[in-house]
Formats: sequence, structure tokens, C-alpha cells
Amino acid sequence: MEKRTDKNSYTILFAVAMVFVVGTLLAAAASGLKERITENKRLEKQQNILYAMGVNDNDERSATFISTDEAPELFNQYITKQLVIQDGKAVEDTTAYLIDIKKEKTLAKEDGYSRRLPLFVGEKDGKTYYIAPIRGKGLWDAIWAYVAMDADMVVLGAFFDHKGETPGLGANIKQRFFMDDFIGEHLKANGAFKGITVAKGNADPKNNNKTDNEVDAIAGATITGDGVTAMIKSDLRLYVPYFENLKTN
Amino acid sequence: MGLLSKKDTNLILDPLADNNPITIQVLGICSALAITAELEASIVMSISVLFVLGVGNVVISLLRNIIPSKIRIIVQLVVVAALVIIVDLVLKAFAYELSKTLSVFVGLIITNCIIMGRFEAFALANGPWRSFLDGIGNALGYAAILIIVGFFRELLGSGTLLGIPVLGDPIEKTYLYSLGYENNGFMLLSPMALIVVGIIIWIQRSKNQALIED
Repeated sequence: MEKRTDKNSYTILFAVAMVFVVGTLLAAAASGLKERITENKRLEKQQNILYAMGVNDNDERSATFISTDEAPELFNQYITKQLVIQDGKAVEDTTAYLIDIKKEKTLAKEDGYSRRLPLFVGEKDGKTYYIAPIRGKGLWDAIWAYVAMDADMVVLGAFFDHKGETPGLGANIKQRFFMDDFIGEHLKANGAFKGITVAKGNADPKNNNKTDNEVDAIAGATITGDGVTAMIKSDLRLYVPYFENLKTN
Repeated sequence: MGLLSKKDTNLILDPLADNNPITIQVLGICSALAITAELEASIVMSISVLFVLGVGNVVISLLRNIIPSKIRIIVQLVVVAALVIIVDLVLKAFAYELSKTLSVFVGLIITNCIIMGRFEAFALANGPWRSFLDGIGNALGYAAILIIVGFFRELLGSGTLLGIPVLGDPIEKTYLYSLGYENNGFMLLSPMALIVVGIIIWIQRSKNQALIED
């Protein structure tokens, strides 16, 4: 005797019903929660940018953002200008921080599109911070960062994050011991843009030499480290003309 | 015990030792390699699997009489994936910080063979309450191994536990490091997880010879 659940017609019916039920459930959850999720992401961007310029709740070891309640207010207080650079021209735009870097990078692959580059100018304790968002590939998925620089392209602070790097290895790029190494590092060498290399077998593990354009790599996270090197080289290079203009004016 | 009969208790206790999902059933090895370089990651993964396996086992058990046997594996996958994605969405909306910690584990949970293994081997043939206990028991057995491996890998590989240095500072050469001790960076690489799991299997089987297969 064939069981009812072994019949082909039953199997197909079950599959259709399952897809319908699960699909509805997921779609309902996704669209119902969309607004809250978008809002969380917006606040996170503000937190990231502020973190890079040193506005954060860090204690001795951990990397801690300012709370989401304070973020909008502090963002308005510290970030004096938001710029969008396109075709070498910088225009002020108060929604520059919402520009989707991923989308811009995809569009830039097509001919005739020049990328919109967001840049945030912040003031803290009389110092000016220029904060640029960058994005690249890690081992498994996307990695990105917010790098705060001064007018000479010396790093004043950096915040790294990732979508799915290996916990304990590549995921450590968002740990203080890695991010703090960038502070004070020069992006230029002899006046020309060189980037910062995440170097294995670094002769300077304490990172005392700030002009060697190198920081120490994380053991077991070679590909993620190479991804960091590559995104700094490719994305921050695009901001060089802006900084050169800044000098001449 | 009032709530749990002796058989029920065994459902929870057996997977902790003599029927451990990792060392005996050899399920969930891949995630045991991937995320045990740090103790914290091991703990987060353990809690996630505890939740997903407990709830998933109940769902599959409730559906066990209406799931067509020809496509049961697909149905199981859909249940796990839907469960994990919904939890992920809810966390993103209401506990954003927590969701960022968990996001890297989402893929690892869906493809964790312990979950599919227990659905297939237990939940399809047993009632919801017993399936729930089986899920909890196996997740705890999985957690035990993950935490042991994570403990040794982080301690010997980075000299820290939960991110806190316990052996001194490797760069300033204090405490243990002043005696010439060095962190073993090899411990951070995945093959060492396999070797640590191997050592656990060795110890466990030499203590209980009945576990040795021919």
C-alpha cells in the first residue's frame, strides 16, 4: 500500500504550499521590519564616521560606538561639511553619508560614469578631520572602512568592518589592536600617494615607524589583510586630487 | 524527576559524552573548525545552534507526518533557513548590535550538518517534546566540544581568553613571555582545530573502550 505522503501529486502540492507559506512569511517579516532596519543602518553610518574621527565610547581595550540616541546630535555637532566629489568638483550635500558606495562602484564600471565620492569634514579640538568611506573585498564577503585623515593624508583614525570574515581571524580587522595601528600612519611617501600595506613578517610589530606605509598583519588572515591593502590603495587614491587642490588654494 | 523521565534525561545527557555529535557522530565538524579560534565566537555559535536546533527539531517533529519523504531534505533546509533568516531580521530591527555579532554565523548555522543530521535521525521519527530535548542535548554536546577547542586555541594561539590577555604581553615580554614563551600562531589556523578535536576523540575513546568501532 502506497502511503498518502509518497504520492507525486501530494509531494508537488506540499512543495507549492510550503513555498507559498514560507515566502509569505519571509516577505512579511522583511517588509514589516524594513523601516526600522533602514533607520538602524543610517544611525550606524553616523556612528562609524564619528568613530573614525575619535568620537566614541572606547574604554582601554574595546571599540565602542557612541550610543544611537546621541549619534544624530553629535553628528551634526562634529561634522561641519559633507561633500560629494564628482569629476574633480566638490559640492556640499547634507545627505552625502547616505551614498551607497557599493552601488557607486558598480556604476563606475560602466563607461561614462564618474563616481560620486563622499567626503566628510569634521572639526574636533581645533583639528580638521577628512573622513572618507572605502570598500573592498575580504576573503568571504565585503569589507569596508571609514578613514579619517588630515590635510597631508596622515591617518588620524580608522574604523573597519566586514560582512562575513572568519571570526577570530579576518573578523579581527574591527578590533582595536588592528584599527589603532593605522593612527598616525602616512598614506603618502615622498609627496606621492602610496597607501598603507598590511604586511606580514613586518619588521616593526610595535608599529613605531609611522612613515613606512605598513601596519602589522593579523596571523591567519592573509586574504582579509590583502583586501584591506587593496581597498586603501584603490579607493583612497581617488581622493588625492582633492587634497592636492586643498594645498594649492 | 517530575518533568523528565529517565529516558528523557538520557536524551539530554547522552549527547554530552557517549553520543557526542562532534566526537562520536562526527557532525558539525566544519563549523567546529571555522569559528573556534576565539572562545567568544565559540560561545556565540553554541547559543545560536542551541536555539535553532531546539526550535527546528520541534517544527520538523510537528510536521513529520505530513512531510513527503521524497523531498524531506529540502523541507528541512527550508525550515532551518527560514527560521534563521527571520531571527536575523528581527535582531536587525530590534537588537542591531547583537545582529552584527551574529551575522557571520548565519550561513554557518544554516549549513551546519548537526541540524540536518538531528532532523533526519530524530525529529522525523519522534514527538515534539522528545525532539526538543534531543535538540537541546545535541546542541549542548556540540557546545561542550566547541568551547573546549575554543579555549585551547585562543589560550595557546593568542595568549588571551575572551579577548583578555592572561599570559602577559607578547610584545612587551611580561609574565610568561619574559621566560621565553611564545604564542603558537599555528593554533589559530583551522587544521589545529581538527587536531584538538582528534585529541579529544583519543582521550574519550581510551577512557571508554566501548566507543571504539572496528
